[in-house]
Amino acid sequence: MNTEEWKNFKGDTWKNEINVKDFIVNNYDKYDGNESFLAGVSNKTSKVWSKCEELLKKELGCHVLDIDTDHMSGINAFKPGYICPEDDVIVGLQTDAPLKRIVNPYGGIRMVYEELEAYNYKLNKDVDKYFNEFRKSHNEGVFDAYTEDIRKARHVGLLTGLPDAYGRGRIIGDYRRIALYGIDYLIEDKKKDLDNLKGEMLDDLIRSREEVSMQIKALNAIKEMGLSYGIDMSKPAKNAKEAIQFTYLGYLAGVKENNGAAMSMGRVDAFFDIYLTRDIASGILTEEEAQELIDNFVIKLRLVRHLRTPEYDELFSGDPTWVTCSIGGLTEDGKSMVTKTSYRIVHTLTNLNTAPEPNITILWSKELPETFKKYVAGISIDTDAIQYENDDLMRPIYGCDYGIACCVSAMRLGKDMQFFGARCNLAKSLLLSLNKGIDERMKVPVIEGVPEVNDEVLNYDSVIEGYKKVLHKVAGIYSDAMNIIHYMHDKYAYEAGQMALHDTDVHRYMAYGVAGLSVAVDSLSAIKYAKVSPIRDADGITTDFKIEGDYPKYGNDDDRVDQIAVELVKYFKDELASHKTYRDAEVTMSVLTITSNVVYGSKTGSTPDGRKAGIPFAPGANPMHGRDTNGAIASLNSVAKLPYERACKDGISNTFSIIPNALGMNEEERKTNLVTLLDGYFSQMAHHLNVNVLNRETLIDAMNNPEKYPLLTIRVSGYAVHFNRLTRKQQEEVISRTFHEKI
Amino acid sequence: MRASIDSIETFGLVDGPGIRTVIFFNSCKLRCLYCHNPEMWTMKDDNYSVDEIFNKIMRSKPYFGKTGGVTFSGGEPLLQSDFIIELCKKLKGEGINTCLDTAGVGNGNYDEILKYIDIVLLDIKQTDPDKYKYLTGMPMSEINTFIDSCNKLHKEIWIRQVIVPNFNDTKEYIDSLINYLQGINNITRVDFLPFHRLGREKYLSLNIPYRLENTNDMNKDSCDELYNYFLSKYKVKSNTID
Repeated sequence: MNTEEWKNFKGDTWKNEINVKDFIVNNYDKYDGNESFLAGVSNKTSKVWSKCEELLKKELGCHVLDIDTDHMSGINAFKPGYICPEDDVIVGLQTDAPLKRIVNPYGGIRMVYEELEAYNYKLNKDVDKYFNEFRKSHNEGVFDAYTEDIRKARHVGLLTGLPDAYGRGRIIGDYRRIALYGIDYLIEDKKKDLDNLKGEMLDDLIRSREEVSMQIKALNAIKEMGLSYGIDMSKPAKNAKEAIQFTYLGYLAGVKENNGAAMSMGRVDAFFDIYLTRDIASGILTEEEAQELIDNFVIKLRLVRHLRTPEYDELFSGDPTWVTCSIGGLTEDGKSMVTKTSYRIVHTLTNLNTAPEPNITILWSKELPETFKKYVAGISIDTDAIQYENDDLMRPIYGCDYGIACCVSAMRLGKDMQFFGARCNLAKSLLLSLNKGIDERMKVPVIEGVPEVNDEVLNYDSVIEGYKKVLHKVAGIYSDAMNIIHYMHDKYAYEAGQMALHDTDVHRYMAYGVAGLSVAVDSLSAIKYAKVSPIRDADGITTDFKIEGDYPKYGNDDDRVDQIAVELVKYFKDELASHKTYRDAEVTMSVLTITSNVVYGSKTGSTPDGRKAGIPFAPGANPMHGRDTNGAIASLNSVAKLPYERACKDGISNTFSIIPNALGMNEEERKTNLVTLLDGYFSQMAHHLNVNVLNRETLIDAMNNPEKYPLLTIRVSGYAVHFNRLTRKQQEEVISRTFHEKI
Repeated sequence: MRASIDSIETFGLVDGPGIRTVIFFNSCKLRCLYCHNPEMWTMKDDNYSVDEIFNKIMRSKPYFGKTGGVTFSGGEPLLQSDFIIELCKKLKGEGINTCLDTAGVGNGNYDEILKYIDIVLLDIKQTDPDKYKYLTGMPMSEINTFIDSCNKLHKEIWIRQVIVPNFNDTKEYIDSLINYLQGINNITRVDFLPFHRLGREKYLSLNIPYRLENTNDMNKDSCDELYNYFLSKYKVKSNTID
């Protein structure tokens, strides 16, 4: 194929096969300059955004602005919607009005009832009747197959946040394909793939053929959805406006069809930049107009909503959608991929004020231009809305066209997908090993065959032996749960629109996760280096621990304890990987909790590290609050020891809070110091860092006087959130975290 | 050789240039009214060897970038000079930048340690001998010996001056400071640090009377105002001042 739309574009490989990476590498212009070229807000943007701000304010008051109860989710299930019909630069909303939420029953209809009830809505009677009469949901399928062991593990909070009642998310369609190739070409390509799916018709092949056929239908639906807005996406985009519009509509189809926890955008900076640069060079676009397109694209991403239950909000507070946009990085031969559009996207935090979405993620490399590093560091200090992930660590594994899904999950765009698996509670697993497999709170048996521990003082070697046995069994239960969930999700809630924008021969990850790492590790260290005596109730269940003496704590760059953490993640990953996976997915594991560390803590009894029952865990891979007493670098060095590729390839989340005065005497020093810090952390092959630069007093004031801080944004674990949208309990947890300060 | 060290801050960003590992040495001869590290006044057990501290510093080396390094603070680091000299010999082998955060009151013989120090962060307590004695409990003679050594060795000096309400927050004091600084050769930066009461809790927990109970935090704007006044009359020799 070679068409008029590709005028002035270089390279050949991408013209003969679907290969967006090759297109980008051959055509983008790197930019090493500073931010002085950036334009402010246009009149149109300003009109559109002030309308949105009004609606967002209203939404904050009532939590959910509106719900469409007459339709069910679907790529083309809603009439076109606009913010300001005459001023919308980029068009397309999930429903016919901004912030009006979709009912998605395919993941689970029970969840829909709870959601609607929470906000006093009722499902349209016909929809209710016919869905229940004629459709089975993913949730129902999962519970038909769940074993007794899995149910118990869920019930006591050993496994939490499993995507068994709503969409799994964490799938990034390569939405750029629509802009570069046009939908007709993509359909032709999928038809060829379908023809080639030949052989003996058994489960795998039948499923693949059905899926590709569903993908083709979905592509047609995306095309029709575009036409309903007057946009024809059958051919490639011919200019920047179309490229951005088509890409957005591809994404929009994803968030109309699915309500996955994390619905991420991928990586569009260099891609969009090629079109913007071409239009500016040919004189049909100005810098102001380029920024206007990016601003309006970002406005749309800020409006994405899903319907959630209050229980879900407790786990993942603040209405996050994880529209993660990955920015920067290098090519495989080491050339910076920072473009003017990398700046333009980050600049939306200035033009449109700070906001948690899209989840701006800088793919950091030591070799990124210093000007860009300093620019983002400055925006980070001002907004607390940016996270950083190590491109020098990921690029050798995934190449130069990967994106981050959710918080920390890297995937090659259009080539990898993942089966999202929430997380398993490592601290509770340890307690189960000390309590005959009986849950310490609910007093119900969870794991069978765990021997009784009678020791007056816990012995490290025998505790480790018992813990490993329990983890072995937990891994088996977790693996069963994941295989069931994703089998049923493919069957009842398949993401045809998103998977249509992947290669047919897609690589799958089975992405497990752990919570409570620092609690489990400090507990083991306490048992090893201090004297820990269990306090047992009449049934022999440990209710608390007496700890005599001190012990080394994770977060102080002390190998005596840090190596316990390294061994633990390696051991559990290997246990998980010893099980067969649905569709032969590659097993990975993350150390990430998002805000669920609060709920995990509330469901876990007192632990041998001295943490009392109910106290929140530290988020992600963070050291436990206040125990990292040797300063931030010692803390970062401990986290950096966790092995990424070997054990935690789905990401290692670390959240870092510092008060402004401790980061440097003035703005310039703060920027330079933050850049040096990131260079230092990532040079040790660490994976991820959230950066918050703020005063604890500000947060306390914001908790008590929310109206004074309408925009206050903070990074929690892998995403940013408006502080006002956290629950009180979560706000308190954030305030209790270690703030690196020196007086 | 071993030293008595209170603690190590691996992420110090306000005690010298860039990101620094700050080592807090125990013991000090001064008893400054506003001292915020009273727990480091007296010598305690020798708890670290040179190699132990060196290895810890090396763990932070990736974060030093072009400007960071190590700062010896306390307490008064000059009171454990021999240890610092041994440590510096190893640090210099690694090309690591060193700062000495000091009030200039040690046991004499300052030339030897200063050879290994890149920047001296010199805390000016007072310009008037009587007030110096009142503030620190010691006579003002020793700091002059230290300054002589610095001048002789052309050491780069950063000046730090704590500004305390009703004690030295006047233009008259600033004028006297400017006069005092004429006697120090190679000043490349001057910082004013507004007094704060954050150290108070430590005194209470150590059962030491807090003698500034009736003194408020120094107002930041007033402190900036004094600093601008200072800048209008004092010119540092290089341009690193901001």
